[in-house]
Amino acid sequence: MLWEINISPGENQTDRVAAATLAEAADLHLANDFQLRASHGYLVQGSHLTRAEVDRLVEQLLVDPVVQQATVTPVAQTADSEPPEPDMQGLYVLPKPGVMDPVAQSAIRAAAHLGISVETVRTLRKYWIGGLARPEIDTLAQKVLANDAIEQVIHGPLPFDHLEVGSGYTFELRQMPICALSHDELSHLSRTAQLYLQDAEMQTVQTYFRELGREPTDIELETIAQTWSEHCSHKTLAGRIAYQDERGSRQFENMLKETIFAATVEIRERLGEADPCVSVFSDNAGIVRFDDRYNIVFKVETHNHPSALEPYGGANTGIGGVIRDPMGTGLGAKPICNTDVFCFASPDIPVESLPPGVLHPRRVMKGVVSGVRDYGNRMGIPTVNGAVYFDDRYLGNPLVYCGNVGLIPRDKSFGDPQPGDYIVAVGGRTGRDGIHGATFSSVELTSESEMLSGGAVQIGNAITEKMVLDVVMAARDRGLYNAITDCGAGGFSSAVGEMGEEIGAEVWLDRAPVKYDGLSYTEIWISEAQERMVLSVSEDQWPELKKLCQSEGVEATVIGKFVPTGRLQLKYHDTVVGDLTMEFLHDGRPPVIRQAVYQAPPETDLALPSAEEDYTETLRDVLASPNVASKHWVIRQYDHEVQGGSVIKPLVGLDHDGPGDAAVVRPVLDSRRGVVVSCGMNPRYGDFDTYHMAASAIDEAIRNCVATGADPATIAILDNFCWGDCEKSETLGSLVRAAIACYDVAVALGTPFISGKDSLNNEFSYQDSSGKRQTIAIPPSLLISAMGQVDDVGRCVTMDLKQAGNLIYLVGQTADELGGSHFALVRGFAGGRVPRVDVQQASQTFTAMHQAIHQGLVRACHDLSEGGLATAAAEMAFAGGLGATLTLEVMPTDGRLDHPAVLLFSESNTRFLCEVPRDSAAQFETVLGPDVPFAQLGETTDDGRLHITHHRRPVIDDEIGRLKQAWQATLDW
Amino acid sequence: MQPRVLVLRAPGTNCDLETAFAFEQCGAQADRVHINRLLESPATLDAYQIFCLPGGFSYGDDLAAGRILASQIRERLADMLHRFRDGDRLMLGICNGFQVLIQTGMLLNDSADRRQATLCDNDSGRFEDRWVRLSADGSRCVMLAGLDELELPVAHAEGKFVTQDEATFQELESQGQLVLRYLPAPAAGSAAADNGLVPYPDNPNGSLGNVAGICDASGRVLGLMPHPERFIDPTHHPRWTREPERTTGDGLKLFENAVAYFR
Repeated sequence: MLWEINISPGENQTDRVAAATLAEAADLHLANDFQLRASHGYLVQGSHLTRAEVDRLVEQLLVDPVVQQATVTPVAQTADSEPPEPDMQGLYVLPKPGVMDPVAQSAIRAAAHLGISVETVRTLRKYWIGGLARPEIDTLAQKVLANDAIEQVIHGPLPFDHLEVGSGYTFELRQMPICALSHDELSHLSRTAQLYLQDAEMQTVQTYFRELGREPTDIELETIAQTWSEHCSHKTLAGRIAYQDERGSRQFENMLKETIFAATVEIRERLGEADPCVSVFSDNAGIVRFDDRYNIVFKVETHNHPSALEPYGGANTGIGGVIRDPMGTGLGAKPICNTDVFCFASPDIPVESLPPGVLHPRRVMKGVVSGVRDYGNRMGIPTVNGAVYFDDRYLGNPLVYCGNVGLIPRDKSFGDPQPGDYIVAVGGRTGRDGIHGATFSSVELTSESEMLSGGAVQIGNAITEKMVLDVVMAARDRGLYNAITDCGAGGFSSAVGEMGEEIGAEVWLDRAPVKYDGLSYTEIWISEAQERMVLSVSEDQWPELKKLCQSEGVEATVIGKFVPTGRLQLKYHDTVVGDLTMEFLHDGRPPVIRQAVYQAPPETDLALPSAEEDYTETLRDVLASPNVASKHWVIRQYDHEVQGGSVIKPLVGLDHDGPGDAAVVRPVLDSRRGVVVSCGMNPRYGDFDTYHMAASAIDEAIRNCVATGADPATIAILDNFCWGDCEKSETLGSLVRAAIACYDVAVALGTPFISGKDSLNNEFSYQDSSGKRQTIAIPPSLLISAMGQVDDVGRCVTMDLKQAGNLIYLVGQTADELGGSHFALVRGFAGGRVPRVDVQQASQTFTAMHQAIHQGLVRACHDLSEGGLATAAAEMAFAGGLGATLTLEVMPTDGRLDHPAVLLFSESNTRFLCEVPRDSAAQFETVLGPDVPFAQLGETTDDGRLHITHHRRPVIDDEIGRLKQAWQATLDW
Repeated sequence: MQPRVLVLRAPGTNCDLETAFAFEQCGAQADRVHINRLLESPATLDAYQIFCLPGGFSYGDDLAAGRILASQIRERLADMLHRFRDGDRLMLGICNGFQVLIQTGMLLNDSADRRQATLCDNDSGRFEDRWVRLSADGSRCVMLAGLDELELPVAHAEGKFVTQDEATFQELESQGQLVLRYLPAPAAGSAAADNGLVPYPDNPNGSLGNVAGICDASGRVLGLMPHPERFIDPTHHPRWTREPERTTGDGLKLFENAVAYFR
């Protein structure tokens, strides 16, 4: 029998869900004047489930009698239920069958605790809507109430009285004949079967099977497609590239290896014994030394395509996935903090201007933030650092970068699967979710993607992953496995394929635990169901591991064995369904050879406004621009203090609301040593020159770290390239140019890259209203994440001004670099020169600044970035609740520069604004020395005003409260 | 004696390590014990003096915060826990642990058919992490002894304290059980509204009577939404870089009091 349980706010309680939904509809200008009642509920099915049992479930588990009320109805009778007010229409939103429903799973488990046997549960949301016609209700449902990618909308009473729980599966071995196909037919098959292999690759596969004298099975083609996908193999960037720019041409055999990896190799050689790197670009995350007991690991991933279709689920599984990377590094690291960086289109874009298939950016942002929040918070990992960038070119392709730092004992930093080890799957069950995620993420999105690849969208279940983490940490410390990796894109196919690459593996697919009946052997193999880890476990270790997992309710199953055959052999019961050599799988892919060209747009002058202007209004506009504006609405939703090691929080200052440069956590509770995490990114600079964009991002990430107290010698960095379609030689050229900058700057600063990831094909195409095909490519988007260390967290500083009467110093040289600046953005100016990095000066400045902070000479320090000096000064002042008086003409420049707009807003790199007590000033100047440009610009005051003059003429004068108000209002949702 | 603390761990508990660390800093011996072990042998509890339910998202908070763990405790461990409490021992529920505790009837002696109070969705409608100022009434509650005012962080989505009715609130108040209250920020002065509510965000969730924590009639069971284990080190404080140096965090006193009770 199927029962519907509905929970709604009790009498005199606010219907918060309805209020939020109404506000959302109004924000999107969908509908204003209508009535809404919201409730949530459950469909509970059990063949012998009695009314009394359902009532007990409701009372014991489902309703809070103090603030809620519940109704229980057999679904067969729900058609009779009366609307709460006449003329209201009822509407249900349910997760589509097969979509992860953690609450339903918990309800089944909790019912079992009560001794009530429930077959299945589905959650639901129910709305009663009054005052809208059906077409308006449809729009509301589509834009606000539900997401087609994972949910179904049912108008009126439920049209079923039974929930299907999967259907049976009859084994049938499927051949995919390719040996006789023409090139065109191969190409067609690649698309229709969602393999997304290139023509040359399909032909190589054909040759392989022709030589074997047989046709491939479906599972063999799927395995090859996943292993060779852009997502898994990075074939474009790790491939051959012929590159050309204004300096000539260069041939790469492996572009990444010859730029980013090469920088790390050179730095490590140069450092010799002092090399802090432990493992780079080989494991699931990069590893560096921390202290005598531990190393730390860092990985940043993207989850862009899924987040475009289902923001909550995409971000949810994005953070869930990147947490599994440190867990799957070495013998398993403990995750200690998360980072998140998002790129969206403007949240103010009109709904009617959205192309088909695109979710409104406001909805994308809210969904993404909730997704990261719900997963990160539930995992008990503080989310401590991030950024949000807005540019309308992210409309069809929002970017979601998620990072995770982990702590790992030094002697557990490497795993080594042994021949004869069992392949053990630990954690969540395998379902049909996420099929074709790896191949899907490697193609361009279209307005039909939602229909085509809906299966690639998933919802995570953080508690399953937390339970896995708990047992993995215990098993690691007890030595119960030889190697571990995560199931990410490509599922078992990638995890087992990579782990067994050097040995060979036999997999017994029928043994994998499944969520429901009906999965084919291929679906089991390529499913990207979340929260699964794969362990390599010896026969001796297995009984104890199994017992440990059982004791905490975590499923662990032997699904195969690593056997020294050099082959990947897949079995379903006794039938061999796939048999490939590891060599073909991992080395058989034909090299991709691409052309890349770059030509920077010609530099044009930025027409400066009058030097006589007052710039107060401009400063407020910069502070209010969404990239600069306060992100407190996002930050406060994340638990940034769990694990008890918080030192510098993301928001700092007198009222805990100033923008900190980097977060600091103390991962070992009985130690004073800290990890400093920051990031740098500025897609606007890429429109001028991706070389300088990349150089600036590195400089920004490092200076954020240094400004908080990190020793620059300990900083390691990560690259995440999100680009458009790199089949286009200009697009690829802009990426290669950024990679060359990464090499140059990393080597010059001695800062190694330890891990990275790329996401290409971030383009969205659709038909506009006139039927013309339009494509939006994202701007080149390189995120640099930095991880530094402080030996004593007590020496860290924050950016808020501390005390009136202290001196304010600007460190670093200012040049006329307003190209891509936020000044240009808010004033609508084009052209200008994009900021450069003087690597030698940067290196000296970082070292000297660190010395000054380390010696306790600096009370506050803030890096200068978007919005330049004026913005940094304003932020420091209002964060500290103090005023400041500054004068511009003494700023260190190349000598010719004297326009107040440039001095105030130029975004030149490697600059810091510092508050220094008078009695430390002499020592501060000595530490900076003769090679680092600096000047004392003024002092802190207690009058609560930011007052900036240029040759005695006031150019900015405002109350800090008004500046703060401008900065906070934009994203105060 | 050196008290032994059982820090309970369930699927989704995530503040167990730092909470155990805080107890150990104060000289206790703290064991993190999985709920399954306790269900297998409830008598395990006999070896302990302090029972602590730490923060986190037990069972994902999937039906509501703390609901499933509370149900397990009510069904399977209630007798054991009543005996524990009545044996002059201490119980502490932090955040999710408070949400669990209030639903088990250990704090308020709820009758079977009537719950006296609950913790429901924040007025803001979302999870928020922020620091709050609190007034403490240590006259009755063992773990708040000697505390007057303190600062701690909150991090929750469901922390709004609500009673069944006005009479219940009055009764709890007159019995001195409403032992922790949110205070307005110093700059805001005594800016409580007419209804006595401290405005958001100083009262971060809209709790009735600004209640942040309550104790049972004996004073030995305490539940609170703020996280004392997140302020035991001076560098935990959000303004430590700008204020005179502290030697310790405000939250440590709770753990010290708990341990001192058995010395």
